Amino acid sequence: MPDDIEAVAEQVFAALADPTRRAILAALAARGPATATDLAVNLPITRQAIAKHLALLAEAGLLTAEPGERRRVRYRLQSAPMQVAQQFLAALARDWDSSLGALTDHLDRRA
Amino acid sequence: MAFPDRIERTVEVAHPPSKVWAALTTAEGLGAWFGDEAAIDLRPGGSAWMKWNQEGFTAEIRVERVEEPTVFGFTWQIYGLPEDDPRRTYVEFTLEPAGAGTRLTVVETGFAQLPEDAHRKAYGGNAEGWAKELGELVAYLDAG
Repeated sequence: MPDDIEAVAEQVFAALADPTRRAILAALAARGPATATDLAVNLPITRQAIAKHLALLAEAGLLTAEPGERRRVRYRLQSAPMQVAQQFLAALARDWDSSLGALTDHLDRRA
Repeated sequence: MAFPDRIERTVEVAHPPSKVWAALTTAEGLGAWFGDEAAIDLRPGGSAWMKWNQEGFTAEIRVERVEEPTVFGFTWQIYGLPEDDPRRTYVEFTLEPAGAGTRLTVVETGFAQLPEDAHRKAYGGNAEGWAKELGELVAYLDAG
Protein backbone atom coordinates (compact mmCIF):
# COMPACT_ATOMS: atom_id res chain seq x y z
CA MET A 1 0.00 0.00 0.00
CA PRO A 2 1.54 3.31 -1.02
CA ASP A 3 2.06 5.93 1.66
CA ASP A 4 1.86 8.96 -0.53
CA ILE A 5 -1.71 10.20 -0.94
CA GLU A 6 -1.24 10.97 -4.63
CA ALA A 7 -0.35 7.37 -5.25
CA VAL A 8 -3.30 6.16 -3.16
CA ALA A 9 -5.71 8.36 -5.11
CA GLU A 10 -4.24 7.22 -8.41
CA GLN A 11 -4.76 3.56 -7.54
CA VAL A 12 -8.31 4.19 -6.37
CA PHE A 13 -9.24 5.97 -9.58
CA ALA A 14 -7.52 3.32 -11.71
CA ALA A 15 -9.42 0.63 -9.81
CA LEU A 16 -12.73 2.43 -10.27
CA ALA A 17 -12.14 2.97 -14.00
CA ASP A 18 -13.03 -0.67 -14.68
CA PRO A 19 -16.72 -1.69 -14.56
CA THR A 20 -16.00 -5.20 -13.28
CA ARG A 21 -13.93 -3.86 -10.42
CA ARG A 22 -16.64 -1.34 -9.61
CA ALA A 23 -19.13 -4.21 -9.52
CA ILE A 24 -16.87 -6.22 -7.18
CA LEU A 25 -16.41 -3.27 -4.83
CA ALA A 26 -20.14 -2.52 -4.91
CA ALA A 27 -20.95 -6.14 -4.10
CA LEU A 28 -18.54 -6.14 -1.13
CA ALA A 29 -19.90 -2.79 0.08
CA ALA A 30 -23.50 -4.02 -0.17
CA ARG A 31 -23.17 -7.55 1.17
CA GLY A 32 -19.96 -7.66 3.18
CA PRO A 33 -16.89 -9.92 2.90
CA ALA A 34 -17.07 -12.62 0.24
CA THR A 35 -14.92 -15.26 -1.45
CA ALA A 36 -14.02 -15.16 -5.16
CA THR A 37 -16.53 -17.97 -5.63
CA ASP A 38 -19.32 -16.03 -3.91
CA LEU A 39 -18.59 -13.07 -6.16
CA ALA A 40 -18.54 -15.21 -9.31
CA VAL A 41 -22.04 -16.45 -8.50
CA ASN A 42 -23.39 -12.92 -8.32
CA LEU A 43 -21.46 -11.29 -11.14
CA PRO A 44 -21.51 -12.16 -14.84
CA ILE A 45 -17.81 -13.11 -15.07
CA THR A 46 -15.67 -16.16 -14.40
CA ARG A 47 -14.03 -16.93 -11.12
CA GLN A 48 -10.62 -16.65 -12.83
CA ALA A 49 -11.36 -13.14 -14.07
CA ILE A 50 -12.60 -12.19 -10.62
CA ALA A 51 -9.42 -13.54 -9.02
CA LYS A 52 -7.33 -11.26 -11.25
CA HIS A 53 -9.36 -8.21 -10.34
CA LEU A 54 -9.28 -9.13 -6.64
CA ALA A 55 -5.48 -9.31 -6.76
CA LEU A 56 -5.31 -5.85 -8.30
CA LEU A 57 -7.76 -4.42 -5.78
CA ALA A 58 -5.84 -5.96 -2.87
CA GLU A 59 -2.60 -4.54 -4.27
CA ALA A 60 -4.24 -1.09 -4.30
CA GLY A 61 -5.18 -1.52 -0.64
CA LEU A 62 -8.90 -1.47 -1.43
CA LEU A 63 -9.41 -5.02 -0.17
CA THR A 64 -7.80 -7.22 2.40
CA ALA A 65 -7.76 -10.98 2.14
CA GLU A 66 -8.66 -12.76 5.34
CA PRO A 67 -6.34 -15.66 6.00
CA GLY A 68 -7.75 -19.03 5.03
CA GLU A 69 -7.40 -21.98 2.70
CA ARG A 70 -7.05 -20.73 -0.89
CA ARG A 71 -10.59 -21.20 -2.16
CA ARG A 72 -12.07 -20.02 1.08
CA VAL A 73 -10.21 -16.72 1.33
CA ARG A 74 -12.70 -13.98 1.99
CA TYR A 75 -12.12 -10.45 0.71
CA ARG A 76 -13.11 -7.49 2.77
CA LEU A 77 -13.49 -3.90 1.60
CA GLN A 78 -11.03 -1.33 2.97
CA SER A 79 -12.50 2.13 2.90
CA ALA A 80 -9.41 4.15 3.85
CA PRO A 81 -8.05 4.59 0.29
CA MET A 82 -11.54 5.64 -0.83
CA GLN A 83 -11.50 8.33 1.83
CA VAL A 84 -8.20 9.63 0.50
CA ALA A 85 -9.61 9.77 -3.03
CA GLN A 86 -12.74 11.40 -1.62
CA GLN A 87 -10.65 14.27 -0.29
CA PHE A 88 -9.47 14.88 -3.82
CA LEU A 89 -13.05 14.81 -5.08
CA ALA A 90 -14.17 17.07 -2.26
CA ALA A 91 -11.71 19.74 -3.38
CA LEU A 92 -12.94 19.48 -6.96
CA ALA A 93 -16.58 19.47 -5.90
CA ARG A 94 -16.32 22.45 -3.56
CA ASP A 95 -18.23 25.01 -5.48
CA TRP A 96 -17.23 28.40 -4.10
CA ASP A 97 -18.03 30.04 -7.43
CA SER A 98 -21.74 29.28 -7.08
CA SER A 99 -21.78 30.09 -3.38
CA LEU A 100 -20.13 33.46 -3.88
CA GLY A 101 -22.48 34.14 -6.78
CA ALA A 102 -25.40 33.40 -4.44
CA LEU A 103 -23.89 35.72 -1.83
CA THR A 104 -23.59 38.53 -4.35
CA ASP A 105 -27.22 38.03 -5.44
CA HIS A 106 -28.33 37.94 -1.81
CA LEU A 107 -26.59 41.24 -1.06
CA ASP A 108 -27.92 42.88 -4.22
CA ARG A 109 -31.48 41.83 -3.43
CA ARG A 110 -31.27 43.40 -0.01
CA ALA A 111 -29.76 46.66 -1.26
CA MET B 1 1.33 19.00 -6.83
CA ALA B 2 -1.86 17.76 -8.43
CA PHE B 3 -3.69 17.11 -5.18
CA PRO B 4 -5.27 20.49 -4.37
CA ASP B 5 -4.91 21.50 -0.76
CA ARG B 6 -6.18 25.03 -1.13
CA ILE B 7 -9.01 26.81 -2.92
CA GLU B 8 -9.04 30.57 -3.15
CA ARG B 9 -11.58 32.94 -4.66
CA THR B 10 -11.97 36.69 -4.57
CA VAL B 11 -15.08 38.65 -5.47
CA GLU B 12 -15.81 42.35 -5.37
CA VAL B 13 -19.26 43.23 -4.14
CA ALA B 14 -20.92 46.63 -4.21
CA HIS B 15 -21.81 46.61 -0.54
CA PRO B 16 -19.87 47.79 2.49
CA PRO B 17 -17.99 45.29 4.70
CA SER B 18 -20.59 45.60 7.47
CA LYS B 19 -23.32 44.22 5.20
CA VAL B 20 -21.12 41.46 3.86
CA TRP B 21 -20.07 40.61 7.41
CA ALA B 22 -23.71 40.20 8.44
CA ALA B 23 -24.38 37.90 5.48
CA LEU B 24 -21.41 35.73 6.46
CA THR B 25 -21.82 35.56 10.21
CA THR B 26 -25.53 35.50 11.03
CA ALA B 27 -27.93 32.57 10.87
CA GLU B 28 -30.24 34.70 8.74
CA GLY B 29 -27.50 35.50 6.24
CA LEU B 30 -25.97 32.02 6.04
CA GLY B 31 -29.39 30.43 5.73
CA ALA B 32 -30.25 32.73 2.84
CA TRP B 33 -27.30 32.43 0.47
CA PHE B 34 -25.22 29.50 1.65
CA GLY B 35 -27.43 26.81 3.10
CA ASP B 36 -31.20 26.60 3.48
CA GLU B 37 -31.12 26.89 7.24
CA ALA B 38 -28.38 27.82 9.67
CA ALA B 39 -27.52 28.52 13.29
CA ILE B 40 -24.38 30.10 14.64
CA ASP B 41 -22.78 30.92 17.97
CA LEU B 42 -20.46 33.66 16.75
CA ARG B 43 -17.35 33.41 18.91
CA PRO B 44 -14.08 31.50 18.55
CA GLY B 45 -14.85 27.92 19.56
CA GLY B 46 -18.57 28.45 19.04
CA SER B 47 -20.53 25.92 17.08
CA ALA B 48 -22.66 26.45 14.03
CA TRP B 49 -24.45 24.36 11.45
CA MET B 50 -25.83 24.76 8.02
CA LYS B 51 -28.41 22.54 6.42
CA TRP B 52 -29.08 21.88 2.77
CA ASN B 53 -32.61 20.52 2.46
CA GLN B 54 -32.41 19.17 -1.06
CA GLU B 55 -29.20 17.27 -0.39
CA GLY B 56 -30.39 16.24 3.08
CA PHE B 57 -27.01 17.31 4.37
CA THR B 58 -26.04 19.22 7.50
CA ALA B 59 -22.56 20.65 7.93
CA GLU B 60 -21.28 20.89 11.48
CA ILE B 61 -19.12 23.96 11.87
CA ARG B 62 -16.72 25.24 14.49
CA VAL B 63 -16.13 28.98 14.51
CA GLU B 64 -12.40 29.74 14.73
CA ARG B 65 -11.75 33.43 14.01
CA VAL B 66 -14.09 36.36 14.56
CA GLU B 67 -12.53 39.73 13.85
CA GLU B 68 -15.41 41.96 12.86
CA PRO B 69 -15.61 43.14 10.13
CA THR B 70 -12.45 41.76 8.50
CA VAL B 71 -11.84 38.08 9.25
CA PHE B 72 -14.27 35.21 9.79
CA GLY B 73 -12.86 31.69 9.92
CA PHE B 74 -14.33 28.28 10.65
CA THR B 75 -13.58 24.61 10.22
CA TRP B 76 -15.96 21.99 8.93
CA GLN B 77 -15.90 18.38 7.89
CA ILE B 78 -14.71 17.29 4.51
CA TYR B 79 -17.83 16.55 2.51
CA GLY B 80 -18.29 12.87 1.79
CA LEU B 81 -16.14 11.50 4.59
CA PRO B 82 -17.76 9.49 7.39
CA GLU B 83 -19.20 11.53 10.25
CA ASP B 84 -16.54 10.45 12.74
CA ASP B 85 -13.68 11.27 10.41
CA PRO B 86 -11.44 13.77 12.21
CA ARG B 87 -10.30 15.59 9.09
CA ARG B 88 -11.64 19.10 8.60
CA THR B 89 -10.94 21.91 6.22
CA TYR B 90 -10.44 25.49 7.34
CA VAL B 91 -12.41 28.25 5.64
CA GLU B 92 -11.40 31.85 6.07
CA PHE B 93 -13.25 34.87 4.71
CA THR B 94 -11.31 38.14 4.52
CA LEU B 95 -13.12 41.41 3.92
CA GLU B 96 -11.33 44.51 2.67
CA PRO B 97 -12.99 47.83 1.83
CA ALA B 98 -12.77 48.50 -1.92
CA GLY B 99 -14.16 51.91 -2.76
CA ALA B 100 -17.77 51.90 -1.57
CA GLY B 101 -17.83 48.10 -1.68
CA THR B 102 -15.90 45.13 -0.39
CA ARG B 103 -13.25 42.81 -1.74
CA LEU B 104 -14.14 39.43 -0.28
CA THR B 105 -11.65 36.58 -0.36
CA VAL B 106 -12.42 33.03 0.68
CA VAL B 107 -9.65 30.53 1.23
CA GLU B 108 -10.38 26.91 2.08
CA THR B 109 -7.38 24.81 3.03
CA GLY B 110 -6.73 21.28 4.19
CA PHE B 111 -8.05 19.09 1.39
CA ALA B 112 -4.79 17.21 1.17
CA GLN B 113 -4.29 16.81 4.89
CA LEU B 114 -3.78 13.38 6.24
CA PRO B 115 -2.82 13.58 9.91
CA GLU B 116 -0.45 10.85 10.97
CA ASP B 117 -2.78 9.32 13.54
CA ALA B 118 -5.86 9.54 11.35
CA HIS B 119 -3.91 7.79 8.63
CA ARG B 120 -2.84 5.02 10.95
CA LYS B 121 -6.30 4.73 12.47
CA ALA B 122 -8.00 4.67 9.09
CA TYR B 123 -5.71 2.06 7.64
CA GLY B 124 -5.27 0.00 10.77
CA GLY B 125 -8.69 0.21 12.31
CA ASN B 126 -11.19 -0.16 9.52
CA ALA B 127 -10.69 -3.85 8.92
CA GLU B 128 -12.10 -4.62 12.32
CA GLY B 129 -14.39 -1.60 12.56
CA TRP B 130 -17.76 -2.91 11.49
CA ALA B 131 -17.09 -6.46 12.61
CA LYS B 132 -16.39 -5.07 16.08
CA GLU B 133 -19.36 -2.71 16.09
CA LEU B 134 -21.72 -5.44 15.02
CA GLY B 135 -20.22 -7.76 17.63
CA GLU B 136 -20.88 -5.13 20.28
CA LEU B 137 -24.44 -4.69 19.07
CA VAL B 138 -25.05 -8.43 19.29
CA ALA B 139 -23.53 -8.52 22.78
CA TYR B 140 -25.72 -5.58 23.81
CA LEU B 141 -28.86 -7.20 22.46
CA ASP B 142 -27.95 -10.53 24.05
CA ALA B 143 -27.41 -8.84 27.43
CA GLY B 144 -30.87 -7.23 27.23
